[in-house]
Amino acid sequence: MTDRPLKVLIAKPGLDGHDRGAKVLARGLRDEGFEVVYTGLRQTPEMIATAALQEDVDVVGLSILSGAHMTLVPRVTKLLRERGMDDVLVTVGGIIPDVDAPALREAGVAEIFGPGTTIAQVATFLRANARPRD
Amino acid sequence: MVQGAAPAAVARAAVALADELADAAIAGDRRALARLLTAVENRTPVAEAAMRRLYPMAGRAHLVGITGPPGSGKSTLVAALIAEVRGAGRPVAVVAVDPSSPITGGALLGDRVRMQAYAADDGVFIRSMASRGHAGGLASTSTAAAAVLDAAGFDLILLETVGTGQSEVEVAAAADTTVVLEAPEMGDEVQAIKAGLLEVADLVVVNKGDKPGAQRTAAQLRAMLVATAVRDADPSRPRPKRPEVLITTAATGEGVPALLAALDRHRAAGREGVSAAARLARAEAQVWAIVTDRLRARLHDDANRGRTAATLEAVASHELDPYAAADVLLAGLADPDPE
Repeated sequence: MTDRPLKVLIAKPGLDGHDRGAKVLARGLRDEGFEVVYTGLRQTPEMIATAALQEDVDVVGLSILSGAHMTLVPRVTKLLRERGMDDVLVTVGGIIPDVDAPALREAGVAEIFGPGTTIAQVATFLRANARPRD
Repeated sequence: MVQGAAPAAVARAAVALADELADAAIAGDRRALARLLTAVENRTPVAEAAMRRLYPMAGRAHLVGITGPPGSGKSTLVAALIAEVRGAGRPVAVVAVDPSSPITGGALLGDRVRMQAYAADDGVFIRSMASRGHAGGLASTSTAAAAVLDAAGFDLILLETVGTGQSEVEVAAAADTTVVLEAPEMGDEVQAIKAGLLEVADLVVVNKGDKPGAQRTAAQLRAMLVATAVRDADPSRPRPKRPEVLITTAATGEGVPALLAALDRHRAAGREGVSAAARLARAEAQVWAIVTDRLRARLHDDANRGRTAATLEAVASHELDPYAAADVLLAGLADPDPE
């Protein structure tokens, strides 16, 4: 089933209240032909994992600006693994210092998109790396 | 799916996966349920095989359609209904449809924003669907998705449509009970007597009841909707419904207990008196959608693609009229003789 749209969850974990970037990305991916589930601000890792499971998404994109990524991201990837969704592509966007990247990749993050990343770059990466599905 | 495998082997693999997922979903495995819903949305062979197993188990749930204009508060009302229903300990599923882009095929599914409080509650299952080009307010696979959730044991299923205008009445065929939302001050009495969406309502809800004009809007709707003539009506002619008009403030939950009570009353009344005609109408809508899909797929398969393209070209250049073209294509399917 190659012509079906990829389904992406764009989620903002944690307490920062700034979601313009997440909304612009959600809108941009919509224009790239993705089906984008947007869940709003201040999501707990549990909310994100539940939404990813119920929506059966191909990609979980986490947007974090608050600096809490080292706490929140591994909790999301752990919950996804526990619920059998270890084949879901997880990406992170926002303000992530380079020194944290290896640990996030170790936790299961496929790619980190920093400031200046274009929507086309994100779309290309997701199309190339989302899991093949039944 | 195995690449290059014989069709029979592919079909067997689909049936095996469908059986596995269906058994797991019935046993309460939410991941299996979500995967089945994806198969249904993508119209895969797995979905077809699973339906064969699940459809006989469905038909028990109360399917409630929630429709109304964009921004009238459908998602917020669904969230408020979830809270009310969970307070009573009943499981509830939501199918929330948002529109697909007619240009890129993409979609922004934003209905969950209002419903995220139930992440830890296994009695709530929410699924967003893109309409994928279907124009009636739902996705073409929404009814099938509801049947899967029904078979998985959800007793109440809320079908939230895209924001609708005046004539997206499809939800009424898909649902047992249709709720039409209105916002205060959206129109006058003439709007209330126009044919279309309001006619298919079993319940009309004026939401945002805390806004000025809510009471007056409700009064106008009551006056116009209830004024339907019933005396001396010819029983053989179809008659419009006489919906109850309620006021809610979904954001605070005000009026929502009364709405749930009205839904339950409508369900109980329907149990006794759902007309065979309504059930047949739903069956026809579902089967007809599948027949249309299959016809379209056959017209684009290897044997027919060439003739279909040529016929469409002939219509585009006005050499052939659209009716004659349809006859040519149907005749070609009946007599699968290559050109």
